[in-house]
Amino acid sequence: MSGAPNQAPGLRYPSNKKTIYDRNLNRSKNAELSRAAFAYLFVEMISYAQKRAKNMVDLEKRLNDQGYPLGVRLLDLLLTRSANPLGAIRPTRILPLVQFIAQQLWRHLFGRAADSLERSDAVPGQFMLYDNEPLVNQYISLPRDMSGLNCAAFVAGIIEGVCDGAGFATEGVHAISVADQEGEEKAGLWPGKTVFLIKFKPEVLEREEILGRG
Amino acid sequence: MVVFALFIISKAGGLIYNREFHTGMSKLTSNDYLMLAGSFHGMHAITKQLCPAFPTPPTAANAAGLAPSPFSSRPSGIEVLESSHFRIQCFQTLTGTKFLLFTEPQQPNIDTMMRKIYELYADFVMKNPFYTVEMPIRCEKFDRGLDGFVKVRS
Repeated sequence: MSGAPNQAPGLRYPSNKKTIYDRNLNRSKNAELSRAAFAYLFVEMISYAQKRAKNMVDLEKRLNDQGYPLGVRLLDLLLTRSANPLGAIRPTRILPLVQFIAQQLWRHLFGRAADSLERSDAVPGQFMLYDNEPLVNQYISLPRDMSGLNCAAFVAGIIEGVCDGAGFATEGVHAISVADQEGEEKAGLWPGKTVFLIKFKPEVLEREEILGRG
Repeated sequence: MVVFALFIISKAGGLIYNREFHTGMSKLTSNDYLMLAGSFHGMHAITKQLCPAFPTPPTAANAAGLAPSPFSSRPSGIEVLESSHFRIQCFQTLTGTKFLLFTEPQQPNIDTMMRKIYELYADFVMKNPFYTVEMPIRCEKFDRGLDGFVKVRS
């Protein structure tokens, strides 16, 4: 890299002393990103995680960890950019929270709302968010020996970050391809259909019940 | 619009993808395919050196041509090989990967087809994290994309 040979290491500031923190938050509100640029970056992220992971579960965990900080920051950013920035507060009940994720978060990230949101009957405190064709998986073809992997674990990490940031601790958010788990017929027209399983901790469910009563 | 087959040859001359779209063609062994690809690669390299005419400087019209070469004032290798039964069109990318398309002799719009196939390659092969460059292509989405594109046209 070119540059003065005696340049100090560390963050370099432009000559007008403005950093990214001085920029207006709304400046990039409607900014668009090339899908190809994200795809190439995602390829590198997956390769980076794969080199350090010992098995597929570890790989999904690393992708999840990569998305987690994004979720924490996106919660605040989306609330700031909402219609009423000073009056908007983070969701305090579970249903508004998952609706926030399915609508606002998805629209911000992918330009469309999530396809459906369900509460599980069998397992209390578990919600399922369906996406027929996750954008992050668009160019990825899984090899035969890795068919259990779903790279939307990255998006699951983002969801987990949002939930934790809003004060709803989860036991984990997992991205599962419907075709793998429930068979090809369930997936139907969408071979890449993915379900995000959000499982909240028992304390959160207790608190929800108390709030519901009071 | 009948497409018979598609071959993709890597920079080193090895066959990394071959796919037949038309039934009823005589069967070749996998070894035959590898030899075909290797021979074409060699022939392409030789013909690149054989050009007798002095290379013309690139004009604006030439620059928009289908087969870009890294040095547009130098000749490229074989681009089209036509016989009475079939036609091979070779598209070489800037990185040396060759796409061979086998079609019927009077196939119109080969350029657009090549471009579309190159676009599918750039999308579903290059952006696939589980694909190592220059290795045989085993990407399901690439196959499906090709199916969708070729079968609709023919």
